[in-house]
Amino acid sequence: MAEAFQFELVSPERLLVSEQVEAVVIPGAEGEMTVMAHHAPVMTTIKPGVVTVKTAVGKEERYVVFGGFADIVPAGCTLLAESAVAVGDIDRADLARRIQEAKEDAADAKDDQARSKAEQFLSQLTTLEGAILPA
Amino acid sequence: MPSLKDLRNRIASVKATQKITKAMQMVAAAKLRRAQEAAEAARPYSERMGAVLANITQAIGDGGDAPALMTGTGKDDVHLLVVCTAERGLCGGFNSQIARLARDHIRKLLADGKQVKIICVGKKGFDILRRDYASLVLDRVDLREVKTLGFVNADAIAKKVINLFNEGGFDICTLFYSQFKSVISQIPTAQQIIPAGVPSAAATETTNGGNAVYEYEPEPGEILSDLIPRNISVQVFRALLENAAGEMGAKMSAMDNATRNAGDMINKLSITYNRQRQAQITKELIEIISGAEAL
Repeated sequence: MAEAFQFELVSPERLLVSEQVEAVVIPGAEGEMTVMAHHAPVMTTIKPGVVTVKTAVGKEERYVVFGGFADIVPAGCTLLAESAVAVGDIDRADLARRIQEAKEDAADAKDDQARSKAEQFLSQLTTLEGAILPA
Repeated sequence: MPSLKDLRNRIASVKATQKITKAMQMVAAAKLRRAQEAAEAARPYSERMGAVLANITQAIGDGGDAPALMTGTGKDDVHLLVVCTAERGLCGGFNSQIARLARDHIRKLLADGKQVKIICVGKKGFDILRRDYASLVLDRVDLREVKTLGFVNADAIAKKVINLFNEGGFDICTLFYSQFKSVISQIPTAQQIIPAGVPSAAATETTNGGNAVYEYEPEPGEILSDLIPRNISVQVFRALLENAAGEMGAKMSAMDNATRNAGDMINKLSITYNRQRQAQITKELIEIISGAEAL
């Protein structure tokens, strides 16, 4: 059994998770990464996706996050999510609304850079939708 | 001199008012608890955000690649004031205190020859400020329909501010809100959010467990340019939450006072009422007795 470390998932509204975990899979902006105890210090932005938490007691929990940051140090990992919900509680209408907004953003973008950014965000959202809705 | 009937009516109406203020006080107390919980729940995020921000600014150092939101435009000609107040009145001096602080600030800025723009959050502040500075108000954000304050509300305000900044609409942005100290004390506060002051490095020491070398994904500058707008949203959110708690606290004590005043008034009116009733009885007795004596 792997060593446990402290993991915290915080959204602006509340502290969702603060417990000892074995491993966390984070949807980093430059690829997914699994964080375990004694990870080298990393700071990364995260894209919309699913965070999978494997707790010290062996349970697996999944949360949907919409962008944010992860601050990883050997002693623990803090995930600052712009918005986070447990996968079981996800509101489909809310997700659909976000996708709709992202589409509008992409359509309204003034320059190429903003457009590609908006489109990237949109594709991340649709991937996310595909990943969680059948579940 | 009001008649007995008038007095009776007045006592009844003051009693009805007292019932209302009492109910409002209790509602405010319940809402205050919820608002306080929300403010407390939001605290970890803003604390961690501060720590992360301090850490990353340290990493970037004094390099010139810090985003403009942080360093400012280098001028201070145009000021944007975001004045956050409550949507409803009946909460003592809560709204007028914030508005007064903002107004003093505006007067000073105008006297210095600066240009001032205002964004009002909440109806009451707008009502007060538009009397003197209607032409300066750019926009007002209405949160009347919002039942529970969410991060999205704050985010929308912050986006508005940031867009304006990117268009070169202003140089310095100050947020006005009321800091929640306790139920009886809310302190109107002005906080500069753009350019964001660089947080002290002291906070980092405790969080990164010895000055370990961080890896950044993507580059620190890129993270920072993503982080700062978010930090502004967080600051706005915190201000709104503090305001919500403060409003309820102020309303609670205002309504408590009103209830007590109504009680005092009822006592006074009852005394007058009883005296008059007694006077009338005495008068009638005198009439009867003097009538009997005359016989």
